[in-house]
Amino acid sequence: VSPEPGSPQVAAALKGGRVTPTELCQRCLALIRSTGFLNAYITVAEETALKQAEESEERYRRGQPLGVLDGIPISVKDNFSTAGIETTCASSMLKGYISPYNATVVQKLLDQGAVLLGKTNLDEFAMGSGSTDGVFGPVRNPWSYSRQYQEKSVSKSHSEDEESNWVITGGSSGGSAAAVSSFTCFAALGSDTGGSTRNPAAHCGVVGLKPTYGLISRHGLIPLVNSMDVPGILTRCVDDAAVMLGSLAGHDPKDSTTIQDNFEPFELPDLTDVSKLSIGIPKEYNAPGLSSEILALWSKAADLFKNAGAKVIEVSLPHTRYSIVCYHVLCTAEVASNMARFDGLEYGHRSDMNESTESMYAATRREGFNDVVRGRILSGNYFLLKQNYENYFIKAQKVRRLIFNDFVKVFRGGVDILLTPTTLSDAVPYMEFIKEDNRTRSAQDDILTQAANMAGLPAINVPTALSERGLPIGLQFIGRSFQEKQLLTVAKWFEKQVKFPMIELEAVKRLDDGVFQHQKSAFS
Amino acid sequence: LAPWVPVVGLEIHAQISSNSKLFSASQVQFAAPPNSLVSFFDASLPGTLPVLNRRCVEAAVMTGLALNCSINKRSLFDRKHYFYADLPAGYQITQQRVPIAVNGSLSYSLCIDNKMSQMVTRTVRIKQIQLEQDSGKSLHDDTRSQTLVDLNRAGVGLMEVVMEPDMCCGEEAAAAVRELQLILQTLGSSQAVMAEGQLRVDANVSVHHPGEPYGVRTEVKNINSIRFLAKAVDYEIQRQIEELENGRTILNETRAFDSKLGCTVPMRDKEGEQDYRFMPEPNLPPLILYDAESLPANMDHQQVVNIDWIHERLPDLPSVKRAKLVEQYGILPEHSFTLLNEDGLMEFFENTVKQTQMKPRKVIGWILNDLLSYLKKHSLTVKESPVSSLLLGDLLNLLERKDITAAAAKQVLAELWKGEGKSPLEIIKEKKLEVIQDHKELEQICQAVIDGHENEVIMVVLG
Repeated sequence: VSPEPGSPQVAAALKGGRVTPTELCQRCLALIRSTGFLNAYITVAEETALKQAEESEERYRRGQPLGVLDGIPISVKDNFSTAGIETTCASSMLKGYISPYNATVVQKLLDQGAVLLGKTNLDEFAMGSGSTDGVFGPVRNPWSYSRQYQEKSVSKSHSEDEESNWVITGGSSGGSAAAVSSFTCFAALGSDTGGSTRNPAAHCGVVGLKPTYGLISRHGLIPLVNSMDVPGILTRCVDDAAVMLGSLAGHDPKDSTTIQDNFEPFELPDLTDVSKLSIGIPKEYNAPGLSSEILALWSKAADLFKNAGAKVIEVSLPHTRYSIVCYHVLCTAEVASNMARFDGLEYGHRSDMNESTESMYAATRREGFNDVVRGRILSGNYFLLKQNYENYFIKAQKVRRLIFNDFVKVFRGGVDILLTPTTLSDAVPYMEFIKEDNRTRSAQDDILTQAANMAGLPAINVPTALSERGLPIGLQFIGRSFQEKQLLTVAKWFEKQVKFPMIELEAVKRLDDGVFQHQKSAFS
Repeated sequence: LAPWVPVVGLEIHAQISSNSKLFSASQVQFAAPPNSLVSFFDASLPGTLPVLNRRCVEAAVMTGLALNCSINKRSLFDRKHYFYADLPAGYQITQQRVPIAVNGSLSYSLCIDNKMSQMVTRTVRIKQIQLEQDSGKSLHDDTRSQTLVDLNRAGVGLMEVVMEPDMCCGEEAAAAVRELQLILQTLGSSQAVMAEGQLRVDANVSVHHPGEPYGVRTEVKNINSIRFLAKAVDYEIQRQIEELENGRTILNETRAFDSKLGCTVPMRDKEGEQDYRFMPEPNLPPLILYDAESLPANMDHQQVVNIDWIHERLPDLPSVKRAKLVEQYGILPEHSFTLLNEDGLMEFFENTVKQTQMKPRKVIGWILNDLLSYLKKHSLTVKESPVSSLLLGDLLNLLERKDITAAAAKQVLAELWKGEGKSPLEIIKEKKLEVIQDHKELEQICQAVIDGHENEVIMVVLG
């Protein structure tokens, strides 16, 4: 069955019988295989995915699909527990670890009939901003192979092929971003602690949503920083992000940090009148290192709102510049604590060293963790020492409160949404990225995204335009706590205005029969 | 030589009596097959999160109220980090910054110079009560150079009760713990059986000269009974005094009590102090408790713990029960202590009193002297007594009606212990123990005795 070119949303296609879940699944699996060089997937769960697709098909045959997600292929970042499917966190520590339970968000997706294609690649234990520091190797940005990028890379001769020129996805949810960007799935789960969903979304030209802390359950998400982590949503358009959010949000008794209030899924209205909107432009987000290109784009976006009648004002978040060190202290402290459970005793890698329990622990942890993880553990333990606790941890918590208060003041002053850049530049080539260490890179790259995690606020990256190098640039919207509907409505309006181009990937073209090429939204 | 003032404080861990663990739904059960009561959270599987058990909170509030504490309406959870095989997460969740209850007191009594007749009341301040997780158990198998880890106990709820160093000797420490045990058992918040590890006591001991600052203290662990607690504390006090009088110093160390040798020995290689790197537990919001005043109107009462509601439903504490016994039955205070000290003895006494016309003041003697000493001699509990309160009541009635003498009654009791199912009346008839009222009969008996003992009679007549 071959859908006509320009066929509408995939869910509608499924419902209308124009494509079956099995066909869809098989196509995605084929595309995963042909784009294997991206290294976006750690595990492809082919057998179980096809089984799920068959079951979905059966439901459609009976006219009883579970909902709009039924039969939709999705991917999940490899730091979410998936029962029966390996969960590695891209670390030697968890190679071969098969969780006996599903993360709540995974379970919710499966309960609605989604087809789980596989687990995507990341920086080890989600520590990093490039998706380059995992034990299974770096993820390549699909845009490296796009016509748009390649035609701009004139200076390189053909012998210096794509191999050395490819750009990073950003991180740490790079695998998920690449998977969505290259059409191997319709939506993916990532995680966001300091920007790990929005950053790769920006570099890969996809929508990356960080929901309000406490809205979506973290049960089963292997934690990095418990007080900042959230499950992130990556899709190709804002409408799809709203649908995913609707399926995932809500109180989970297994996660005591989720709010008790009832959550009502919503459909996004088609905003036509922005005159009642007040958009804030935080001046501190013109951060050191911000490319002039992105600065110009940001300015253009502000004008877009102004010209459409919205109120656009400059605001100040004065404590922004302290957020990097604040984040560093709090993040490493929680990391040191969260990683204490990896001792090789109950699960995961266990060293052969068995002279004593202590030596077994030490060897296991040395062998299992990469330098980045070990570095953060050592830093974190330092900050938690009795003699340092007051000066570092407590101080950082106070600074965190100040950063949070900055946002409170601005929102109370009448601003509805903040508009900022998501990244300092477009995606850099891998060879250039690895010249600096992980710590330096993270410190640089997180500056625009971190504060939202510190304050627990919802934020979204919307792909805006291509850079001079032909790579995606995204802009970020930050909203008030639990006001995702307003945030996504504005984001959707913006998305419509900017008409970000579709990636032109050879691999996708070859497989295309209309389902992917002209498809905008996965869900009707 | 200047006198020494011993100072004893206690850290007591009481296992909470609940169906499931403090932060997970796995069952709490003693002596289950190893690793059969372990949830994903208990095993520290990555991605699992703690969920607070309401019953454990109620148990801690009850205990706090019974110990006259202020209940903190807002308390916090923290992580205490150290690496050990029986601590899967590498940290214990506890309450270090703000515990659930603070500033209470416990009154206990002990006998001066071993006579039950002179009892004095002492008070020990309760510094705080905190909720925390129990660890698993590790068994070291040195022959095979391995450690076996059983996580059944990992995550079980504990109440740590901290008693200020207001005690001065083993006897006081033992009496205080005994009273705490009774309170916990009365509340039902812990079964507090030391032999099953439901109540664990660590003693902090130091000595100093009056007027001088407190001395260096040692921590004594591995105390498995109340009796050993008294021994361990007294031994440690003596040891410290000897060390100091011989010019040596006391190390701030942890020592274990060796019950076989009756002494304390150095335990852990502490290498200075452990830094536990305390950090707030980010997965648990502050624990908020309410009272009648602060309870919001529309709050689902399933979702909250109401301190006043719990307060209203507290059972009579041991001290109240004792006072009632003394008032109701006219027995002595020290009697009431013994009655409460033995499991089931108070009920036995009260049931016996119901059965008989004999005054309780007299019944108590039979309970405490005859019944109790018999049970102790044969290591029986009150429940296992071959003589029921019914039977004893019947016997005492016969005595009260003067159908038999006290001496005869004791003989009947001795028979009843055999548990052969005979009633007191049957035994009396068998052994011809009835009081003989008939003068003629008595004369005959006396005459028979005199006739049968000529020599003795002559000696008596001669003076």
